[in-house]
Amino acid sequence: MLGRTLQEVSAALKQGQITPTELCQKCLSLIKKTKFLNAYITVSEEVALKQAEESEKRYKNGQSLGDLDGIPVAVKDNFSTSGIETTCASNMLKGYIPPYNATVVQKLLDQGALLMGKTNLDEFAMGSGSTDGIFGPVKNPWSYSKQYREKRKQNPHSKNEDSDWLITGGSSGGSAAAVSAFTCYAALGSDTGGSTRNPAAHCGLVGFKPSYGLVSRHGLIPLVNSMDVPGILTRCVDDAAIVLGALAGPDPKDSTTVHDPINKPFMLPSLADVSKLCIGIPKEYLIPELSSEVRSLWSKAADLFESEGAKVLEVSLPHTSYSIVCYHVLCTSEVASNMARFDGLQYGHRCDINVSTEAMYAATRREGFNDVVRGRILSGNFFLLKENYENYFVKAQKVRRLIANDFVNAFNSGVDVLLTPTTLSEAVPYLEFIKEDNRTRSAQDDIFTQAVNMAGLPAVSIPVALSNQGLPIGLQFIGRAFCDQQLLTVAKWFEKQVQFPVIQLQELMDDCSAVLENEKSASVSLKQ
Amino acid sequence: MAAPMLRWVGRGRLWTFARVDGGSCHRREAPTGSTSNWIRGQSSVAQQPLCMTQKPRKGEHKWAAVVGLEIHAQISSNSKLFSGSQVRFSAPPNSLVSFFDASLPGTLPVLNRRCVEAAVMTGLALNCHINKKSLFDRKHYFYADLPAGYQITQQRLPIAVNGSLTYGVCAGKKQSQVIPKTVRIKQIQLEQDSGKSLHDDLRSQTLIDLNRAEGQLRVDANISVHHPGEPLGVRTEVKNLNSIRFLAKAIDYEIQRQINELENGGEILNETRSFHYQLGCTMSMRDKEGKQDYRFMPEPNLPPLVLYDATSLPAGADPQQVINIDQIRETLPELPSVTRERLVQQYGMLLEHSFTLLNEVGLLEFFQNVIKETRAEPKKVTSWVLNTFLGYLKQQNLAVSESPVTPSALAELLDLLDSRTISSAAAKQVFEELWKREGKTPGQIVSEKQLELMEDRGALEQLCHSMMEAHPQVVMDLKKGNPRAINKLIGLVRKATQSRADPAMIKEILEKKLSS
Repeated sequence: MLGRTLQEVSAALKQGQITPTELCQKCLSLIKKTKFLNAYITVSEEVALKQAEESEKRYKNGQSLGDLDGIPVAVKDNFSTSGIETTCASNMLKGYIPPYNATVVQKLLDQGALLMGKTNLDEFAMGSGSTDGIFGPVKNPWSYSKQYREKRKQNPHSKNEDSDWLITGGSSGGSAAAVSAFTCYAALGSDTGGSTRNPAAHCGLVGFKPSYGLVSRHGLIPLVNSMDVPGILTRCVDDAAIVLGALAGPDPKDSTTVHDPINKPFMLPSLADVSKLCIGIPKEYLIPELSSEVRSLWSKAADLFESEGAKVLEVSLPHTSYSIVCYHVLCTSEVASNMARFDGLQYGHRCDINVSTEAMYAATRREGFNDVVRGRILSGNFFLLKENYENYFVKAQKVRRLIANDFVNAFNSGVDVLLTPTTLSEAVPYLEFIKEDNRTRSAQDDIFTQAVNMAGLPAVSIPVALSNQGLPIGLQFIGRAFCDQQLLTVAKWFEKQVQFPVIQLQELMDDCSAVLENEKSASVSLKQ
Repeated sequence: MAAPMLRWVGRGRLWTFARVDGGSCHRREAPTGSTSNWIRGQSSVAQQPLCMTQKPRKGEHKWAAVVGLEIHAQISSNSKLFSGSQVRFSAPPNSLVSFFDASLPGTLPVLNRRCVEAAVMTGLALNCHINKKSLFDRKHYFYADLPAGYQITQQRLPIAVNGSLTYGVCAGKKQSQVIPKTVRIKQIQLEQDSGKSLHDDLRSQTLIDLNRAEGQLRVDANISVHHPGEPLGVRTEVKNLNSIRFLAKAIDYEIQRQINELENGGEILNETRSFHYQLGCTMSMRDKEGKQDYRFMPEPNLPPLVLYDATSLPAGADPQQVINIDQIRETLPELPSVTRERLVQQYGMLLEHSFTLLNEVGLLEFFQNVIKETRAEPKKVTSWVLNTFLGYLKQQNLAVSESPVTPSALAELLDLLDSRTISSAAAKQVFEELWKREGKTPGQIVSEKQLELMEDRGALEQLCHSMMEAHPQVVMDLKKGNPRAINKLIGLVRKATQSRADPAMIKEILEKKLSS
């Protein structure tokens, strides 16, 4: 049951094959077993069980709230959850319990979903590895998969397995690990430069970033307001569409959500025929750093569309190479501004120094933020100084417009969706990842994902195949603004063609259950 | 703080920035302690009339002062500019604080429609150009009563610009002549108010109230002096002036201080100063904040504020979602300058009288009600309202609304005067009776006190005759060639009629009798 998709388990709940409480308990038990993955910062066991109980009553009375009723979900720990600690993986917010739910959280709860817990991330979502939070790095479940382990056994150079675990990617790595390890059926991430799609690609999941303005940001603790979007991590495209259906729509509490009517719910048709589709391949995305395996899969995917009758065109997004540096200026500037509220006065961490308000601010912020956050705040304040504003911030805004226009031009040339890699390569081991600093890593890893946020477009990473090492590789589809449904429809067709394998965690589960006392009964039944 | 794109939440306060003529570099940076529900209008400079200082000595230039005002005025709205929490004067501290007001992480501003409408109306009233598209900015500084670490304002593209306000200045020897002046308004902007810091020096603590509804006006004045024809001088900013009287005192003091400083070879520092109310002088605040870089940045959570007029309004637009400038213009009441002009035209009154009528709350309405009900000439009404009526009010320090004399009563009194039923002197007497609030009408008072004008010529002739016979010595004086002696007789006759007779008629009768 745990290995099923959201859609499948939803059907099982409706048919009474399993009750919400049973499902909830199975997930909770698996969360305990996989604690070492560090996917969750807070496990909201009591809340989830209570919600399951209520869901169960609804099912008994035939008053199910819909597809999400009784479905265990997880939420990245930068979404406000009423009564549940929300930390952003930062000392600054340790112990902070919001008095309200983010709109997206509220919507999930209103649909009957069970909140299993809050997932790990890079501090304030600043990172691409889920390695830089105060609760420690998240481990990629694929590190423990049969597929990966078998490949490693074949490799005579493989090192000590325990220290050789892989990163999940980030910054929504906890959400990705939670879904990937079967502890829930869907999770919310956030996506500012690729933070949902990147870990989705590394963890073999569907990672969807909706159009900016389609889903409310109210309650999402911001990184870059003008680029942040709540993201969705699921095991298949249909599941992402179900969750999107629950979340999308205008919110009076977020003035940047759009009011135009959108087709709801997001039911995805099964495309029989792609011959009317035009797929764009941005030539600037073919860069030397791209691993040969990803490049080859990308090219195979294009061939697949072509062979099925779609038109495949090379397109140009000429300002792509400026995207990272432009993002750096805009992101750090907004970060400098957004982080100003963390001063220790109203909530969160406060230092012991009280000689003056200024001294208190300084010490609180030094103790509360890690180096990455402090570094971005410093850069951002530099760019916003009166003497620098025109040369940096305004220029970056102009470049952002050019980047957005690149996409508009590509779509105007007749392209329906763009097909690109999501990441340069498959997930790397933690020890290798931390050889570079956060900033370098973020710049490298966001390369294919981050321009989309500048333009506010919808994009989705779809797992395609396993690498030679037995690790997932994802490809990204980018759609026109607010054509999220069309984008997901194409992604769904592609997903069906590639038949990405399910992660085999049996061994891991067995290992764990041996360690964990009497949990043998709660064995995991995996798909197939 | 603010409401959805078009739900204007109201922490709005209006700040007006007044800026001087001539593109001087009097750009004022933001105030340090701004609070909630305010529009902030930056009225382009209020121009201080050339201010001569001291008598210029030989070979010396005159000094001219340049003054710009930034006026912060709270918008009268039910909720804050960017949040749904209420605005209420003197509510218990922190009782009206939404999650947004407390800057909880993840909360977003939603603009209050009412505040935008108020800003547009203010802009129209001040002859501003209303920007169909305006933007919001963040202004950053750390302060305990600014929980977000920034304030949302409209620095780059405010809602209204380039306006003007005409006002009158008393001049002339008796300060009775009113000279019309115009001040230019640079801009009006919507701005979130900060909280209020309450310093407890004893315990060295600062308490913060995030209600942010102070309900008052606050003005910052930018002041410099220079010699006409030369570049503008270095300016200082006197902050947080909260009454018109102190504003005037602070400006006068600062101008004089700067001139003295410069004439003694000193220099003016570009600094922030405060006004000491007791000592009546300005003092440097030595305030780091006055100098800081506010690192302005576009507010990413509020889309551009788009306003429409009749021509640009999209067909089928939901009236709840759009703001129509023309519609707001229609609801604008008659503006004071128009009213004054109308009074001068319609009633032939002096310009200064029209200023007086408008400057006293309720006086214009009182005047118009009297006019409506009386047959008396407008000039007569004006004279009675501005001299007699206003004189009584001032003497007793009463507001128009507290007056014991109603417009109807005064109208009736003026009718009696107009129909020559009573004399002017009797009318004054009636007015005094009315002021006693005994509930009597002017007619009742006149008949009770027998104040009617004596119109019976025969009776008056008879009275004059008796008076002459009773005072032969006076008649003799007159005949001997002392013409002023007649006044004594007139006085005696008037007294005998209890002032009801017209003195002119008495004089005529007496003269006739004496010459016969």
